[in-house]
Order: sequence, then structure tokens, then C-alpha cells
Amino acid sequence: MGDKPIGGEKRVFMTGNEVVAYGALAAGADIMYGYPITPQNEIMHYWTRMVPKYGKGFLQTEDELSAGFTTIGGVLAGKRAFTATAGPGNVLMQEPMSMAEAMRLPTVAVVQQRGGPSTATVIYSQQEVILTTMGGNGEGLRVVYSTATHQELFDYTIKAFNTAWKYRFPTFVLGDGYQAKMRESLTLYDPEDRGIEMVVPEAFVGRSGTPGVDRPPAQYRNTYSMEEELAGALAENIAAYEKAAPEISEYEEMGTQDADLVIVAHGVVSRAAKLAARDLGKEGIRVGYFRPITLRPLPVKRIRELAGGTGTFLVVESAYGQLARILMEAAFGAAVRIVPLYKPGVGVTSEEVVTRVRELVGQSL
Amino acid sequence: MTIEPVMPKCWRADTKPHKFCPGCGHGLVLKALGEAIDELDIQDRVVFGCDIGCSLLAWDFFNLDTVQTHHGRTIPVITGLKRANPGLVGVAYMGDGGGYAIGAQHLVSSAARGEKITAILVNNTQYGMTGGQMAPTTLPGQKTETSPYGRDPETTGTPTQGPEMVATITADGAYVARGTVFNVRQLKTFLKKALENQMAGRGYSFVEALSLCPTNWRTNAEETWNMVNKVMPEYFKVGELKVPAGMGGQ
Amino acid sequence: MAKTVKIMLAGEGGQGVQSVAEIIAEAANEQGREVLYIPNFGVEQRGGVSIAFLQIGDSPIGSPKFETGDIVVALSDRAITRTVQYVGPATVFVYDAGIEGAQTHLPQNAGRVLGIPAIDVAKRELHPRVFNIIIMGAVIRATGVVPEDAAKAAIEKQLGYKFEKDPQLRELNFKAIDRGAELVAGRL
Repeated sequence: MGDKPIGGEKRVFMTGNEVVAYGALAAGADIMYGYPITPQNEIMHYWTRMVPKYGKGFLQTEDELSAGFTTIGGVLAGKRAFTATAGPGNVLMQEPMSMAEAMRLPTVAVVQQRGGPSTATVIYSQQEVILTTMGGNGEGLRVVYSTATHQELFDYTIKAFNTAWKYRFPTFVLGDGYQAKMRESLTLYDPEDRGIEMVVPEAFVGRSGTPGVDRPPAQYRNTYSMEEELAGALAENIAAYEKAAPEISEYEEMGTQDADLVIVAHGVVSRAAKLAARDLGKEGIRVGYFRPITLRPLPVKRIRELAGGTGTFLVVESAYGQLARILMEAAFGAAVRIVPLYKPGVGVTSEEVVTRVRELVGQSL
Repeated sequence: MTIEPVMPKCWRADTKPHKFCPGCGHGLVLKALGEAIDELDIQDRVVFGCDIGCSLLAWDFFNLDTVQTHHGRTIPVITGLKRANPGLVGVAYMGDGGGYAIGAQHLVSSAARGEKITAILVNNTQYGMTGGQMAPTTLPGQKTETSPYGRDPETTGTPTQGPEMVATITADGAYVARGTVFNVRQLKTFLKKALENQMAGRGYSFVEALSLCPTNWRTNAEETWNMVNKVMPEYFKVGELKVPAGMGGQ
Repeated sequence: MAKTVKIMLAGEGGQGVQSVAEIIAEAANEQGREVLYIPNFGVEQRGGVSIAFLQIGDSPIGSPKFETGDIVVALSDRAITRTVQYVGPATVFVYDAGIEGAQTHLPQNAGRVLGIPAIDVAKRELHPRVFNIIIMGAVIRATGVVPEDAAKAAIEKQLGYKFEKDPQLRELNFKAIDRGAELVAGRL
């Protein structure tokens, strides 16, 4: 049983689902619970092949409700437990994740978005943004990382475990079917070699000593008899979330200084947006590029700064304005004009973004 | 002079009197469970999971590590816990709605997989916490808030035979029994065996407990006891349904 | 720094287009190039036209799928119909000359349309099983995305264990690469 599955830096060429399995392994994940759904299946396929070699655990559950709740059970036992899902499975996953939110449980879930609503396609979309950031009958006290490259898929799978266990909010890595199935290169590493210290998980229940004798019993609930009691618990959790939000939120930007037009995208679409901004720059058309990496909590401060000094946000996404909706909330009151390039359920190429920008620039001349 | 009531050692005295309605059967089931845990001396390793429905009121009932979950989802939480730390003794405590309706897939699948957990299901023939609606276990002709003219098996089926189902779908090594609050001593024996079976790692362990709900049944003491002692056993046979080899039958 | 080359391969399930894309992708990755390869996939496990999107360049690659290929290879009747939408004025469209009635629905707007007798060459000169390797030879010659030696090394890496048992198989595959390259040489 090797403790160091990844020795040294290693350049590899693989699919995103395989990357996630390696990321979880590198992070020291102990056990995965999952239910088959395309396009995340291969995460389970790769993980189950690693299980005996590295002494890990896996359970194939009866549905995503069970996958989420068993993950919670694993977390309660003090293990780095995770699950992966997509589309309709993500819908079911919101029930357990709302419990994790209520009880501040550090679950990690990888979501490979597929087309929606309903069964739709098994291929790709960015239509699970609102669901993943705000799903459940709660306040969205959770962390959602939206990755764009295989390197990030690896980096943020590792980071998700640390964020979850440090701040104790359910944490999601939001990928998509393209990232799941495509192959590209990345560098695998052991987090320790890069100076990344993994937060050590602690058991919520079943610690040493007899409850009521050696220690008080550890009793966790998500039910309250009185409104005031709930309000008190929520106030505490919301305060913790607000405090953590600026530390957690991340973004990437390029050429946004004094840009009158900024292309805003997240996840895999940001690759096309970034390329478009670069290509337009070569033509002498100056546009900025901005990408929230955390969709929850959003990098609100930076968004507000940009929204105050930019004429137009061109919001590009493979959904019908889900990114735009959370962006507008963050930028509320700012003068920025939001122009959509929405392609729900299909990919966006840099050429399409370039064309749209040329139209916009032409209009303003 | 006040005489302190005798409570199982693993009960949590500072949360007593408990939150269940007067005359509720949960206290009796939890007493039998508490005594079984005491006798096995496993207070230090039991993790007690309770469902939504009246069972949630047990979230601070014991001096046991406890997690209160969602309606029907206690079995997967305890399953995940046990898989992650097999040294613990996982107890999933739920009502008939949680186990036979909204969480039926978890009961069926965990039983079929032979999870090494102990599932305890309290059958009081209706949904208590939500105000007395029809449950999978409601008896034919029984009046509830959603079967005000009596349950009609033609349109709503017959009472779920939970232990019979679990006994059928589990592998050898499973322990399956149906006890009743009318016979707490026997119920305690069943629960103790269900815990022992988990600890021995033989297989799935499931105990249904026939229980009382005078509040929603709107019955007086005599009618209540008649219901659990005479009427319910006509549909739900009390006894052991499956006992692993090596474990003596009752 | 070379511009990113966009390659599309399309055929019937079993024709091996995904294997070809994968081997070229591996070869280019070994050469230190930026590579992104994604197969199309749907709810069917088998059946339907199989399409591979492959991009190779020297700078980070944008969207995983593209609108217009630099080279689009269609290996069946249905694959031609399915891929004409990815053809533009600069696209080299390659199809197997043995596809019956192909002429009627070939793209009209392609920069170049090339029919190559890959199925025929495979059957007559080599072996039907290396049909896709002939296609691979044609693609790498037409695009220059990887040297032919690198492609051979990638094949060796993937199928080496089979070649150990049957060295003739190695010869057959390498020959298929060369023959594929010859089929397009001088025609672009």
C-alpha cells in the first residue's frame, strides 16, 4: 500500500475524468460513493481501479440521493469522502448537499455538467450553474469552483478537499462533459511537494471515549423547533460564510485595465473567450477578459470594480444566462451594460466570440 | 421523597422527559434499544442515526453520538459511516414512512447489498409527525387524514410487509425480526441480536417494532393496547423471520 | 509558432477513427505539442457516426470542439453527410474513394476534396484491419502535425505488446502509415 501515489512531477495526457480520480488520490481522499451517470462514469471507473492498490474505499449506491448521503456518512466518520455526478443526478444530489450545508459538513462533489433540462444530452452544457451554486432549500452556503483546463481540474480537485475541511462548507468542482471526456496534457504532482498542506480531517462522531461519560455526546441535527433557534444557527453559518468568502473567491483576468468591453465567461467556455480576446488584440481591437473561478462565492469586489469602470460585459456561456444572472446580482447598481452570447447546451468557439465582439465594436463606432 | 425513574445507562438524563407525545411507543422502543446497548456495553461505539418523522425527536435522546438526517435518508448516512469506519456500530432508526415509502429504495438496496448496519423501523400504521396521514403500513379500512373513509386496498394497496420483504432479499447472515412494544422484553432481545449480528459482521440486521400512536389514532388506553396487541398482529406477524446460522433462534 | 491545426475524423463505429485520433494525439503530445482530443459521444453505446475532434498546436487550445476543420476525413456515406457542416473554404476534405455514390453529397465549398482508395489499398495490398492506419498516414502527411516516425513510435507504444508476439504486425502497421502518406503526397 503506497502512501505516495504520485511521486515527483509527471506530465500526462489523459481525460478529465481520469484527472479527477488522480486529483482525489493526490488529495488523499479515502472513499468515493457514486451512482452511474454520463458523463462522470469514468471517475468511478478509474477510482475503483486504484482502490485496492492504495487501500481506498468505494461504494456504488442505489441513486444519487444515497451517493450524497453516504458521502455525508463518510465525512461524519472523519474521512475525506467524495462523490461525482451530473445533470439529473445533480438534481437529486441537492437534497444531501442541503443537509451538508445545514450541518457544515465538508463534502466534496464533482459535477460534470450535461445538457438540460431533464435527461437532455449526456454531452455537455453549463446549465447547472444555478443548481450547483444555489440548489437546495437554503442559502447557497457552499463553494463552487468552475475549472477550465485539465491542470485546473487536478489542482481544484485537490483544493476542494482543503477548502471543504478548512471552512466546513460543501464544496463542488464544476466541470462539464467536454472536460470529462477530452484529453489534454497536464502535470500531476504530490501536493506536499508543492508546499500544499492538506487539512487533516477529523471525525464528527465515533471519537474515543464513551459519550456522556468521558465526553459529551456528539449530536448533529438539521431540525429546529423554533424559528428563533433556526435564525440563530443560520446567522452563525452566514457570518462564517461571509467571513470566508473573500478568502475563498478567485478569478482570472487579462487586459481589463481601461477596457471598454470585457468578455466574461467561466469554465471551459473561458478558453474560447480568452483566445478571442487575444486574437482581437492582435487585430488592434482592445477587449478585456474576465473569468470567475469561484461561482460561489463570486469574486464580488473585483466584479463590482470592473462593472463600475467598464462599458460592456459580453457574457458568454453554454446556458441561457445563468452566469449572467449571478453576475448581475453581484454588479447590481453599476452602469455596465450586459450583452449576452448564450448558447444553452452547446459549446462556444473563439470564432463566435470574435464575431460577436466585432459586431459590438462596429455598433459603437 | 421522589423516586428517580430507572433509565438505561446510555440514556441522556438531561434531555428527559423526552419530547414524544404522552402514550407514544417510541419511548418503549428506545428503552429496549438503550438496554440492549447497555447489556452489550457498546455505548462508546454506537452511532445512532434518526430519520425525519417522529423519530427525529430522538436526536438528543441518548448519550450516544447521533446524527439526525432527512426523511428516508438515515440508512444511506449510516451505510456511508459504517463503510468509512467499520469499527463503529451503526444504527439507523426510522418510521414506516421513512423506511417503506420515501426511503424504500435505500432499505431495499442496503438490505440487498448486505450492509453491516442495524436498521430499526417503528411501525405505527401512519405518519405521526405530519398529522396522521396514510402510510404504507396503514391497515385496510383504517381511517387516516388522507384515507378519511378508511384505507381501500383496491386503490391504495395492502399494508407493507417489511420484514418479510427484507428476509426475502437478504443473503444468509441477515437477521430479520418483528417485535412489538407490547412485549418490550422480547423486543429488546431482537434488538440486541440485531446489534450483535452487525458486530459479528454476518450481514444485514433489521427489526421492525409494532408501536403506538394514540394521538393520531385518537384512541384511549384500552383501544390503543387493543390495536397493538390484537389488531396489528393480524397483519404483522411478530417473531423472528431470519436468524443467521450460529445464532440461536428465540 | 504554428497555427493550431484542426482535424476531424468521422466514420462508422468499428472503423477505428477514435483510435487514429488517439494515436496522433499521443504522438503529438510526446513531441511536446499542445493537444486537445475529444470524441463525440451520445446515449448510444454503439452505432451512429463516430466523430473525433483533434486540435494540435503550440499555444493553448480554446474550445474543445470547432466549427470548421482544416482537414475533415469522412470514411462512410453517413460520415460525409454528417461532416459537411464542418467544411469551409480552407478545408481539405478527404473521403474514401470506395464509398458508393459519394460524389452526390460531397461538400461543394471545400478548399480541396480528395478521394483516396484507402479501403481498396488495405484489402489488396495490406490487410483490412490496418485500414484506419492508412488513414492515419494520410492525415499526418496532409497536416504535418507530427513526423511519421513519431506516429510510428506512438503505435509502437500502444501496440508494442502485440508486435512482440507477431513482428509482422509491426511491419504491416508501419507500411500502412507509409502507404497512407503516399496516397495524399503531391495531391495537396
